[in-house]
Amino acid sequence: MPGSFTLDEVERFLIDEAALLDEWRLEEWLALFAEDGHYLVPPLDAPQADHQTTLFLIADDRRNLASRVRQLLGGTTWAENPRSRTRRLVTNIRILEESSDDMTVTANFAVWRFQHDATDVYVGRYVDLLVRGTSGPMFRERRVILDLETLRPHGKLSFIL
Amino acid sequence: MDQLLGEDLIIDDRVNGIFRVNRRAFTDPAVLEMERREVFDKSWLYAGHVSEIAAPGDFVTRRVGGRPVILVRDRSETPRALLNSCPHRGNIVCREHAGSAQNFVCFYHAWNFDLDGSLAGVPGEDSYSSAFDRSAMGLRPVPRFENYKGMLFVCFDAEAEDLISYLGNAREYLDYMLDFGGEDVEIARGSQAYSMKANWKLLIENSIDGYHAMATHHRYFVQYLTDIGADTTPWVGPRRQWGTGLALGNGHSVIENPLRPTPIMTQAKDELDRIRARLVDTFGPERAHRIADFNRNLFIFPNLILISNWHTIRTWYPLAPDYIEIDAWAALPRNDSPELRQKRFENFISFLGPAGFGTPDDVSGLEGCQRGFATQRELPWSDISRGMAREQPTSQDELQMRAFWRRWNALMHGERGPTDCSDRPLQQRTAAE
Repeated sequence: MPGSFTLDEVERFLIDEAALLDEWRLEEWLALFAEDGHYLVPPLDAPQADHQTTLFLIADDRRNLASRVRQLLGGTTWAENPRSRTRRLVTNIRILEESSDDMTVTANFAVWRFQHDATDVYVGRYVDLLVRGTSGPMFRERRVILDLETLRPHGKLSFIL
Repeated sequence: MDQLLGEDLIIDDRVNGIFRVNRRAFTDPAVLEMERREVFDKSWLYAGHVSEIAAPGDFVTRRVGGRPVILVRDRSETPRALLNSCPHRGNIVCREHAGSAQNFVCFYHAWNFDLDGSLAGVPGEDSYSSAFDRSAMGLRPVPRFENYKGMLFVCFDAEAEDLISYLGNAREYLDYMLDFGGEDVEIARGSQAYSMKANWKLLIENSIDGYHAMATHHRYFVQYLTDIGADTTPWVGPRRQWGTGLALGNGHSVIENPLRPTPIMTQAKDELDRIRARLVDTFGPERAHRIADFNRNLFIFPNLILISNWHTIRTWYPLAPDYIEIDAWAALPRNDSPELRQKRFENFISFLGPAGFGTPDDVSGLEGCQRGFATQRELPWSDISRGMAREQPTSQDELQMRAFWRRWNALMHGERGPTDCSDRPLQQRTAAE
């Protein structure tokens, strides 16, 4: 089936992807998104909601996501200048659904973020809609579902989860 | 009180155009203690919106003025604001953030309360003496509770003036903020609950600070708007026009600019034009012009901001001198088309909120100010004098912040009654009156 990957392939993809983010190789990370790709972070009080009818924390189409990356790599995103150090653990990977041209996978994550002598931990799970690109899986949608009740004391989500 | 403020925290020299705030106002726990008593416990505080409790039994719980509060619509459809603490022994009675209830039950001893707060059942009530007065043991309403066009405000001072008097000249601007869609607004699903390791007054200054926008938010106005193909020249070009900063009395203030295009204005032009026409029908051309052709950041003393560009309602409260909890919502017209609603969401989160292209840089900057205040023995004063020499300060000036500080200073000195928050020298004012 052209849309499907083995669990091993999915795991390798997600772990390599996590390394790109921790290493701030954001242009390469952006290239993992299909042209019609979306990057979504639902609000913490409505984690299952639809971004068309609910105010999300992030609801980037690819153009917005490309701008987000450009901004983060530019010099005037003060919230990430100097950049945070991050380290993410991506585990508990499962395949939820497969069809002939895409598949839905989920993984748990914990991301530690260090900046200005503060430590914040972001915990949640990804729900990813993957399609086949020229050199492996690509995101048609990444949904970052945080388990946090509020962004306190984190205060901001200025890097990419 | 005098002892605490013996060394004055504000220098307000209106003749020479000097305005300074002592940085101890941002760091001293004793100042915060007094602020809780003299500012927050005596002011009207935004608690929520009727649309969040649309049907009987609907409730939300949140902290308002530091207290746990239940906002609930009772069986007679009346919105209520009840203290969320059992009158018996104190336990938090309603432990959910939002939902719909038939009644409220305190799990500790199973006392249960009707939606209007009245005590409906006490297990083993016959064990109490005749002195036990069930009617006095209901969930306690907040001392004062008023609804202004759907916005629910509470006040913990039973003697406070009514809300309309409190809003004073800010009411006109609040109306503009609520009327922009030509119909009632509602709180959209999806709230933003975040925080800042900074003093609560820094967020006031920041929320009505036109001066910081192009420096702090360069990445939004120059990078992002360019990336999505929007015209940035009205924001950053030589043709940009500055509006005004106004002190509205009693600490309320507003910055008002001629409307500048945000991406939504081209993306949803047709529907926005129809709404504009509806405003003319409803309010007449002059008022429609006032509502629709400006953008404004409105500050309602002491901790409420409405920003017209994004249609947000934002409030916050200090847990410590260097830590605040912030809650923000989108207040949007009820009957927008689904397409326009989605554009409004995109517009909102492109700038605002913990992951927007604006707010995180504000958070980072204000947290930086707070860390910088550790130098206060060597650098005791912050300067807020911009525009003091001008007849009419612009939105890039700081009159709107001085207005807050003047009211704050009056309340902290125990003054009651109106405060002159303008830049007019006091002598001149006395001569004129």
